[in-house]
Amino acid sequence: MKNAPSIEEHVEMYRKMIVVRRLEEGLGRLHKEGKTRGPIHRCDGQEAVGVAATAVLRDGDKLTSTHRGHAHYIGKGLDVYPVIAEIFGRATGSCAGRAGHMLIADAEKGLIGGNAIVGAGIPAATGMALSMQVLGRKDVAMCIFGDGAAQTGICHEAMNMAALWKLPVVFVLEHNQFGLTVPSSVQSPVADLSIRAAGYNMPAEIVDGNDAVAVYRAVANMVDRARQGLGPGLIEAKTYRWEGFSTSDMGGYQTPEDIAAWKARDPIRISYDALKNEVGAAALDEIEREAGAEVAAAFAKALSDPFPAFAVPSAYAAYSGAL
Amino acid sequence: MAMMRYAEALNAALREEMQADASVFLFGEDIGRYGGVFKVTKGLMEEFGELRVRDTPISEQAMTAMAVTAAMTGTRPVLEIMYADFVPLSLDALINQASIYEYIWNGQVRMPFVLRTQGGGGAGAGAQHSKSLDSMLAHVPGIKVVAPVTPADAKGMLKSAIRDSQPVVFLEHKLLYNTRGEVPEDADFTVPLGKAATRREGRDVSIFATSRMVLEALKAADALEKDGISAEVIDLRSLRPLDVESIATSIARTNHAVVVNEGWNFCGYAAELSATIMDRCFDDLDAPVARVTLPDMPVPYSEPLEMAVLPDAGKIRDAVLRVVK
Ligand SMILES: Cc1ncc(C[n+]2csc(CCOP(=O)(O)OP(=O)(O)O)c2C)c(N)n1
Ligand SMILES: [Mg+2]
Repeated sequence: MKNAPSIEEHVEMYRKMIVVRRLEEGLGRLHKEGKTRGPIHRCDGQEAVGVAATAVLRDGDKLTSTHRGHAHYIGKGLDVYPVIAEIFGRATGSCAGRAGHMLIADAEKGLIGGNAIVGAGIPAATGMALSMQVLGRKDVAMCIFGDGAAQTGICHEAMNMAALWKLPVVFVLEHNQFGLTVPSSVQSPVADLSIRAAGYNMPAEIVDGNDAVAVYRAVANMVDRARQGLGPGLIEAKTYRWEGFSTSDMGGYQTPEDIAAWKARDPIRISYDALKNEVGAAALDEIEREAGAEVAAAFAKALSDPFPAFAVPSAYAAYSGAL
Repeated sequence: MAMMRYAEALNAALREEMQADASVFLFGEDIGRYGGVFKVTKGLMEEFGELRVRDTPISEQAMTAMAVTAAMTGTRPVLEIMYADFVPLSLDALINQASIYEYIWNGQVRMPFVLRTQGGGGAGAGAQHSKSLDSMLAHVPGIKVVAPVTPADAKGMLKSAIRDSQPVVFLEHKLLYNTRGEVPEDADFTVPLGKAATRREGRDVSIFATSRMVLEALKAADALEKDGISAEVIDLRSLRPLDVESIATSIARTNHAVVVNEGWNFCGYAAELSATIMDRCFDDLDAPVARVTLPDMPVPYSEPLEMAVLPDAGKIRDAVLRVVK
């Protein structure tokens, strides 16, 4: 099948999804113990979208993420330890504790970066693609964004320019059915948001967002086109978030039936079942055990790391007149 | 040296920087084929092609956000926002995006872009095309804000802004585009950001002005000479960073200060200047600082109304007379 991931690539996606799941579960536990700070947006149940979409990318490719970015971070190649350290505000975090869980960046890995202004990542990736086109580079930019973000005005502006100028950007719409607490049906008159791509003369495809292989293939097709200079594409990955909007969410608006139905389609399970015959259950179980141990060790280390020392930020010195 | 219009000086700066650095590119509404509504980008699309000089849709919000990240990834975009009045559409990109990343990402990124825009009244353009939003922009740590008034500064400061490694908002004024002045033709000529310029020396009072108000302050200083008052005029061409040293040095000699800005009074740039002067120069002052600003209201359309609200030489002279009396 065109652009299907290799077995090794699929196994790696499987491993990363487990890393993300254990990360989210660990954060949930620590939140209950009162050890987290600020809201944390978990992505349990939708790991396949971020992990598989970014699995297509190279280091030189750029990614913009959202407030719910843990699968995007791990997918783009960040180690889980500096991510956890950043979430806990430690000096050893990806951004030395300055950014926090929603705004993590790792420029070397091409993640620039998380963004907590809903919709802001869409023009951000488009701008990176503009830069690549001006410089004649063969890299692509990817924007992963939510069904809520798709309703912003800036989304239209950015997609129009991206398509108009054939910019190398791939839009990955992570449709988890909800904005903050409002269902998609209260935010948009159309269920399949990707029909809007027709208005930009941009190709689009709807995929099962809980199937890592399906996401990978669809995204890879769009990334190929973008890399060849054929312009942007949109992937609408249908998925669902099991947990609330954030750790501050009081819940109550997701039905138990829906949650149960989506849990029955756990993306990790779907990959496990697909890989079982190829690599064997024992190997997959071993990967799960190792991934779990890696995350547990990362939590333990990060939580005992020092906090950063405060210094007057040198980055701003240039902007102020000395008083 | 060549005699040039302000708009031509900006055009020369863009051309020279685009010739020198292939990562410099321009985008904005009507800047390509048409050459910009104030003709600042005239001829540049022909010379540099459509890849580097782009006409955009009317999408200020996305354009500004894209300038930020294009800059983050290896280019030096120069974005034109046609009127300062439209910059509120850019504010998310400036305030929530550009101004924070160098710090929160711990120096991993730089954003060398320039947002050029033009503001100010006096052209009968009405309440949505006559604003000076200097204070709103200069309020944000993480963004430099400059406003050259002479053609030479227009060229030299735009070149510096393009070469700067940080976001720069470059404020032009619609009534300055046709003003003329001597401009160095040397491609190495630049004017550093962050330095004020003394436009006229004086003993009795220091007038600190921004953008076109510098020209009004100079007219006021001429009139004041006949009143027997020697006024110093300082061009605060860099709004942020502010050259506090030049302000303090001048007030140490004149002991009187008048600040002039075309924006609103309440929470305005002139208010910031007054507070800064009080912090730094209180012991040198013989009188309170006087502000000359736009009154706190929209800029009216009708000519006599517009002239009534805009700060000008007469209002500056009145303020000086109050201060030095
Ligand atoms: C500009 C802006 N408006 C509102 C918010 C508050 N807010 C944060 S996340 C969110 C919902 C976003 O929904 P979606 O894009 O689908 O992302 P999801 O949370 O489902 O991952 C809202 C309204 C914000 N952060 N930024
Ligand atoms: Mg959503």
